[in-house]
This record gives sequence, C-alpha cells and structure tokens, in this order.
Amino acid sequence: MSDVQKTGAEKATTGTGSAGGADKFLSVRDLRIHFDTDDGLVKSVDGVSFDLQAGRTLGIVGESGSGKSVTSLGVMGLHNSERARISGEIWLDGEELIGAGPERVRELRGQKMAMIFQDPLSALHPYYSIGAQIVEAYRVHNAVDKKTAKKRAVEMLDRVGIPEPARRYDDYPHQFSGGMRQRAMIAMALVNNPQLLIADEPTTALDVTVQAQILDLIRDLQKEFHSAVVIITHDLGVVAEIADELLVMYAGRCIERGTAEKVFYQPQHPYTWGLLGSMPRIDREQTDRLVPVKGTPPSLINVPSGCAFHPRCPYADIPEDNITRTERPELRQVTDGHFSACHMSPAQREQIWTEEIAPKL
Amino acid sequence: MTDPSKKIPEQGAGQGPDGSGPEPLLKVTGLAKHFPITKGVLKRKVGAVKAVDGLSFDVRPGETLGVVGESGCGKSTMGRLITRLLEPTGGKVEFEGRDITHLSAGALRPMRRDVQMIFQDPYGSLNPRHTIGGIVSTPFKLQGIQPEGGVKKEVQRLLELVGLSPEHYNRYPHEFSGGQRQRIGIARALALNPKLVVADEPVSALDVSIQAQVVNLLDDLQEELGLTYVIIAHDLSVIRHVSDRIAVMYLGKIVELADRASLYASPKHPYTKALLSAVPVPDPSRRGAKSDRILLKGDVPSPINPPSGCRFHTRCWKATEICRTTEPPLIQLAPGHQAACHHPENAADQRPQDTVSVASRETIELADVSGAGTETPAEGGASPEAGSAE
Repeated sequence: MSDVQKTGAEKATTGTGSAGGADKFLSVRDLRIHFDTDDGLVKSVDGVSFDLQAGRTLGIVGESGSGKSVTSLGVMGLHNSERARISGEIWLDGEELIGAGPERVRELRGQKMAMIFQDPLSALHPYYSIGAQIVEAYRVHNAVDKKTAKKRAVEMLDRVGIPEPARRYDDYPHQFSGGMRQRAMIAMALVNNPQLLIADEPTTALDVTVQAQILDLIRDLQKEFHSAVVIITHDLGVVAEIADELLVMYAGRCIERGTAEKVFYQPQHPYTWGLLGSMPRIDREQTDRLVPVKGTPPSLINVPSGCAFHPRCPYADIPEDNITRTERPELRQVTDGHFSACHMSPAQREQIWTEEIAPKL
Repeated sequence: MTDPSKKIPEQGAGQGPDGSGPEPLLKVTGLAKHFPITKGVLKRKVGAVKAVDGLSFDVRPGETLGVVGESGCGKSTMGRLITRLLEPTGGKVEFEGRDITHLSAGALRPMRRDVQMIFQDPYGSLNPRHTIGGIVSTPFKLQGIQPEGGVKKEVQRLLELVGLSPEHYNRYPHEFSGGQRQRIGIARALALNPKLVVADEPVSALDVSIQAQVVNLLDDLQEELGLTYVIIAHDLSVIRHVSDRIAVMYLGKIVELADRASLYASPKHPYTKALLSAVPVPDPSRRGAKSDRILLKGDVPSPINPPSGCRFHTRCWKATEICRTTEPPLIQLAPGHQAACHHPENAADQRPQDTVSVASRETIELADVSGAGTETPAEGGASPEAGSAE
C-alpha cells in the first residue's frame, strides 16, 4: 500500500524527474488502479505505461475485465477517489494529472480531453434536447452567450453528419437512431476541439454499416484537428482499421505493445496469437476450425501467480525452472518500439509463430 | 436423428427419412409478422410494424442456414416465428411436411421436442434461482420423458457433452462465466435430442476467445448429433464460418439467399455488397484502402412505413425509377443463388431498359415540374417560370 496514493491528495511534486518526453502529448507511467471490495482488492489496472503523440491513434484491445476501460476512465479522472486507489503518473501535454486536484482535472476534461462512450443512449441525458447538451458542454469551458453557443452546436452537428442540424438541434435523444446518437455524442465531445479524444468501444453497439461510417468520421476529424485518439475495443478488426499503435491488455497489465503492423504481422505474445486465432476472418480462405484460447479470463482478485496468462497458455512449459508460474514477466523490448511480456526467448517465440501459428491464421 | 420420430402424428409428406436430400426439414412460405400499433383506450389499430414481411425459404436436414442483417431487419422475429414462439400473421411454416403455422400451444408440444432454441443473452435466459441440474432437466419434466438411467445421469452426460463438468449439477448460474452459461443453454437445447436448433446470436455476447470455443462446440455437436441449425447473427465473419447457406435480410425481407462460397465471392444484391465491404478486416495494411468500401448513407428506414418498391432503394447507389415503384422478386440468378434486385451486381441486369438513377431523377423531376407547371415541390425555386410557362 506504500506506493499507492489517492487521487486528490495534495501531491504536487510526484516524479517531476520522469516527465513525459516533449513530443509525447499523453504519457502514462506505471498506472495502477485498485478497488477495495468486500471480496478483496481488485487490481483492475496494475502497472500500465504508454505514450501517445498528437495526431496518432492508440488502440487498446483486450477482453472484458482486462482493465482497458478502467485505464481510460483513469486518464479522464473519472474514478471516485474514495473508492479507487490510483497511483502512477499521467502526463497530458506536460501536466501531471494524478497529483493535480480534482478541480484542475475538471477544467481539462471536456476542454483538452474528451470521451466518447459505448452506449450513447445512457451517456446522453434523456430529459434535455441534444442541442442543449452540446451547448452546455461548450459554455462550461467558453464564456460565450447562448446564441453563439447554439451556432457552434449546430455547426458541430452538421460537421458530424446529422442531416438538417438546425432542425434536429431541438430533438431529444430518443428521437435519434443509434448511429445518430453516437454522432451527436461525438459532436458533444469535440465541441471544444479537445486535443485528446478517448473513445471507449465507440462502435460496439452499432451495425456494421453504421460502424464504418463512425470510424470514418473519427478518422476524418482526427486529421482535421490533429488530435491524439485512444480507441478502446475488443474488436481487432476495428483497431486494424484505425489504430497506428496497439496495446494489448490482459488481467490489468499490458502484455504487448507496438505499432499496428508489428502487432498484427509479428505478434510476440501467445495471448495475441490466441486472439488472432479466435476470430473468423472474412478476408481469408475459409478455415475449418477456429483456434480458441482455452479456459476463461482470470479473476482480478486472484490473479494467477507468475505470468497471469500461464493457465491458458499452451507454451507455459517451454521456459525453464517453472518460471512462468513463479515470476511475472516484465515488458521487454523485442524490436524497436515493440514490447512484449513473455518469458519465452524471442527466438523461441519466432519459431512458434512462423511454424505453428502463422500458417493456421 | 436416425430414429423414426417417436410420437409425431400424421407425418404427412415427410416419408423420406433424413439424408434423402430434397425433402426440406423446415419449409417457410410467405411468412409475415405484423405487430399492431394501437392508440387510445379502445386500442384502435393505427398501424403495424412489419417486422417480417413475406419470407420464403427451406432448411434442409443437416445443413446450417445463417441469417444475417442489421438490427431491426426482422431476423430475430423470424427465429421466433419458425420455432412458433410467435404466431405468424401470414404465410405458412411447415416442419417435416406438417403445417405448424397456427397450431395451439397444446398441439405444438410434441413438436417442441424437435425444435429447440439457443438464446443470445446467457444471463437473461437462465433462471438465477434454479440449479444447473434443474435448468437442464426441465425439458424432460415438461415433456414427461424418463431418459434411460435417470434424469440426473442424462443431465450430467449433457453437461459433459458441452464441455462442462458433471459436478456442476448443483451449482447456480451466477457461479459461471458468460461462455460457460452459453454452454448450459446449449445443453438445455440439446436435452431432447432435437432435429432443428435455432440459435439467435449465440456468440455475440461473448469475448472473442470464448466466441471461438462456442463456435467450435456448435460445429462438433452438429457433426456428432447430425443437427440442423438456423443461426441468426449480425457478424458476417462468424456467419461465414458456421453456415452452409446464408440468407441476408433487410427490413423484413430476404434480399439474398445463397451458398456460402457463392455469396461471399460474388454478392448479387447491392446491400450484401455494402454489408460485406463494411466489415472491418484485421489487417492494418488495408487501412489506407478506403476506396473499395461502400459507405451507405443514413440508417435503416422504419419498418412501420417501409419504402415503396425495393425497400433498399432509399440507400442504394444503383436505384432507378423501377426500384421505387416495383418490388423485385427473389429470383435465381445463378445455381443456388437467389437475389431480389432489379440491377444486381455480378449478374445480368434484370431491367436494363430502366437506366434513370434516382439521384438524377430528382433533378429531372424538378425540370419536369417547372415545364408542366403543375405542382411545385417545396424547394422549387423555379416557380415563377413555371407559372409563366403554363
């Protein structure tokens, strides 16, 4: 508990020495988010680090309970500081957020960083019109009169592709279809031109044709505003479509990180292999059988000892001395900018990948 | 499924036992379901949601028919109609040659043994207050069947069959993960040795790695038990993996029905083509290749007021005048490949003479109107001219 502090605690001088590099717009260092529950301490996020430059897109993939959403909520400062124990560092444009007071984070949220949620129907307030909700988001951060704000809101609705934005301005969320609600939420998130946009499963609730529209929209807007985008999803197809860099999470930790090309073409972790083998692919020849990952994701209260993936890993016995069961593998650099947390040697992994895994995909 | 069905009276035309080929297990003709919209105290009917509006297809013994479509296209309603959880408003459902369209609940009971369903939500479809043993043995109780060796032994055999441990018999649903719960649902569906299993989005609530486990399980069970599946899903990659034939639905209609290979290699209906092109592919090198993607405009129209003619014409880039006025029939365009389109892709145009696109029609119409000077549309800026021309 020594290395665990609460948010909001007055800690102005946390790790000034390790400030994120100048070109890194967002820099997360050793982020840990733990929750005390009646059943024990849930280590939802347990030491995650990553960097993101402006204009780039980071995809965070993982299964439910891997900690991907908790990470993003942590960056946004949306955890209840009474409940969550947060430690580590989050640097946004040279400013540390975990040590900063909740008031400061509140100022930044919506202004410099914004979030798109998975389910637009529950993220939008049913009682207020779409326009009013966008205007509110704008006026909280900008001292403008209602008329200017309304003009801005209509402009944003138009920008995200809502037909007849001036007329739809007074509509309520229930009058919008799923795809339009998601567009409205994107309009609300982008109304202040945030430099960091976090999208948590932005297309999971949508149909494929609408999903394609929304992904296109996010991509276009990013180009236009040169913002940094974090996209969280369980769908490898979606990240391949949009992400420059990839972070694969398992049981609260990052197990592989690298550019999208590296992670898709030379994945370095058995779990990533498992994910790739589990999904039927529409762009390839029909395979007879999928190759699933055996077993189920672990409980975050009793994370398996050693490598958290070892009970499900078909190669857990390859490293010597039972090390996969006793020692947790560190995230090590494999090639430039490509990291993996696995006890097998790069040569062993290379051999398994080229001989066993790649031919079956 | 080789044993001659134990108790079903009047087998009808279903003489040909399974394997004899052409005799379909399930035959659906013109199936429709309209949900009434009522208003006021008197429940006056003011309209109807045409969830399913004229479906015809066969399901052959031993095959897997995949049904895809976006939300609101009526695929789940279709699943509930063919299992007779809902009563159709029109059309006919025949199971093994026997008309079951309007049978009463009592008369349906013997048939329930042969047709089972797997549901999407493994949390909502298991009663939290019943043990796994209780849940999986319910079908035996309802049907009054005493399996050989006792119910408990049979349930434990089923649990093993779907990859669970027999010791799970006395546990409760909350002790299981989503994937395990889905296995319990499958065990329950298989309890009575059904012939047809209808699975409504069986894997969409599960994580990717677990999805693959359940897909493989369904595969194995089909091989082992000779099951026939109707699998309903929105995920085109999953559907391609599991199905032999695929029906694509749009707004309550089947727009394309084809063998798997044929459908994915050369889709005939523009909607199918757009749907296939929208599937995100896990290959980052394709990221730049935006050009081959067809982005459909807008959303699926409301099934309360479906568009006239071809229901897809409002979003179709090939739509012409005839698409707006005449509904295209579902016809065979290639062996084993049916589509309902006037101007199909990868096949001969059905209406080559009709070339005026809807987009250009709008401009033509404006010109016509200003010439004839009859009705001025809302955006008719040319009205003064129209008046003078008359």
